[in-house]
Amino acid sequence: MTLIRIILKRLLSMSITLIGVAVIVFFIIRIVPGNPIAMMLPPGAGEEDIARLKALYGFDKTLPEQFLIWVRGILGGDFGTSITSRQPVMSLVLGRLPATLELSIMALVMAVMIGGALALIGTRQRGGKAEALIDVTNGVSLSVPDFLWGLLFILLFGVLWPVFHISGRVSPALDLPFVTNFYLFESLLRLRFDIWLDLVSHMFMPALALAIPLAAIIAQLLKQSLKETMHLDYVTLARTKGYSENHVILREALPNAILPTLTLVGVQFTFLIGGTVIIERLFSYEGLGNMAIDAVINRDLPLIQGIVILFAVIFTTVNLLVDLTYALLNPRLRHG
Amino acid sequence: MADGRAAAKRRINPRLWLSGGWLLILAVAALAAPLLAPQDPLAQDLFASRLPPMWQGGSEPGFPLGTDSLGRDVLSRVLYGARIALLVALVAGTCTCALGAVLGLIAGYYRGWADVVISRLIEIWMAFPPVLFAILLIAVMGTGLTSIIVAIVVIDWTRFARVIRAEAMTQGAMDYVASAKVAGRGRFGIMIREILPNVLPTIVVLLTLEMGIAVIVEAILSFVNLSISTDDPTWGSMIAEGRAAIHHSWWVLVVPLITLFLTVLSFSQLGEGLKDHFDPVLR
Repeated sequence: MTLIRIILKRLLSMSITLIGVAVIVFFIIRIVPGNPIAMMLPPGAGEEDIARLKALYGFDKTLPEQFLIWVRGILGGDFGTSITSRQPVMSLVLGRLPATLELSIMALVMAVMIGGALALIGTRQRGGKAEALIDVTNGVSLSVPDFLWGLLFILLFGVLWPVFHISGRVSPALDLPFVTNFYLFESLLRLRFDIWLDLVSHMFMPALALAIPLAAIIAQLLKQSLKETMHLDYVTLARTKGYSENHVILREALPNAILPTLTLVGVQFTFLIGGTVIIERLFSYEGLGNMAIDAVINRDLPLIQGIVILFAVIFTTVNLLVDLTYALLNPRLRHG
Repeated sequence: MADGRAAAKRRINPRLWLSGGWLLILAVAALAAPLLAPQDPLAQDLFASRLPPMWQGGSEPGFPLGTDSLGRDVLSRVLYGARIALLVALVAGTCTCALGAVLGLIAGYYRGWADVVISRLIEIWMAFPPVLFAILLIAVMGTGLTSIIVAIVVIDWTRFARVIRAEAMTQGAMDYVASAKVAGRGRFGIMIREILPNVLPTIVVLLTLEMGIAVIVEAILSFVNLSISTDDPTWGSMIAEGRAAIHHSWWVLVVPLITLFLTVLSFSQLGEGLKDHFDPVLR
């Protein structure tokens, strides 16, 4: 019962937040001084053409009217038409979404693997030189944002020791026999490992750049809670029973220490997704973020609106899922 | 208490000195840029384009760190870029801090409808991807130093508001606040005289961290060509040029990148060092 109440409460809060985002985005971009219609027309276009285009994109109506039309459209799954490409925003955005999702999830997996490994090694070697080294590495990794890591990797692995591709999502020469835009996933399903490898060698550096700050946070927090758990009586009991140190850490301490880290990973994952905007730009990766920056530069209002709303939906959904996971895993909340 | 303070003083972190030292050097270099820069940072010289730095063959004396593809001196541009970066850090950081701390204090101490509104705003703000939000605001306001600063303030106040709100809530529940109330102090007086001094260490730490973030945001905005103007020597625009010319003149990317890296790292380490420094005193 309480779980359903939590879900309903979160859903309500989520919709208020999304309405807030929609209102802010809608009104911010309508203060834009440059008239998007004027930019679309060839020089010498007459008044009539301008009026016709304005009517086509709905710019001839009052702002509240435009807002209502837009919101009604969104609820029906229609985000309007992109000004630059003249295609429905929905299909443009959905076409790019898989690229960004694959990049974010790959980065998340890398962060969990690197951060988890560092935390476990740090706990195993606590008090030693290895732990001190991990702490210093964590400090630096946390301080430096993804953008700088990306640039650094371009220099190291793109130029000095060119092992990875520094731009794009896939080599243009490859013929892609795919029906979805989830290339990474579909290439695995179709057992096309040549394409899969090409994709990974494009995604590796941007994903790693996104992963490093999160990996550092995971390492720090997980190590902290592992250390606290290692002092608890039941862990000492397991040790006196003669279990090995590795068994004690992995089997006894880890399951209890992991909950706070899990919640944090969820919140931080939204920051990671936010980071894809600039990282995609840096690596010319054809995802949502790269398209968003182009849309802003081209003043493509319907497209900007659509992308921002989509990002907000992703962020709030991730937060919702994190809260639910937490509620499911935490017995105190489940029965409380 | 006295012992704790003495121990904290003795243990002043070396990273405080290192990071503070780099930022001081950078500040002096920025102020003295007209004296230190060997060239005009905007001067183009197509006959001196893509000159390597001085330790490589083919360099020229007036250009110690080489030139970019338009023949502009890299060292001079980095020095002048430091002026923009530090100005943005200082002004944007302070304004963000002021706005966020005030809203956080009000939400955390007054609670009630003010808290409801501010918390909801924070939640809405957290649903925006920050970089996209910044680019959007710059596109709306037009490029320029003021736009960048306004964009940073508008986006990042939530960082302060969230933390200060939580701190103010904890402090507000403490005994000293209750006794100040008994002593007849007004709510506003308590907020300013009692709560604010107690959250000040947190504000200082956040401010230092925010300055580093402001430097990065400015670099990102000028990287996507939305900062001040294409000609102005910003680290971000140098990095964008360097990224494009990476296969024939690596130094155009490396020099501003290292400078930016050290600066961001220093602000962050300074903030973390200050946090550790304040912590034992607070306890």
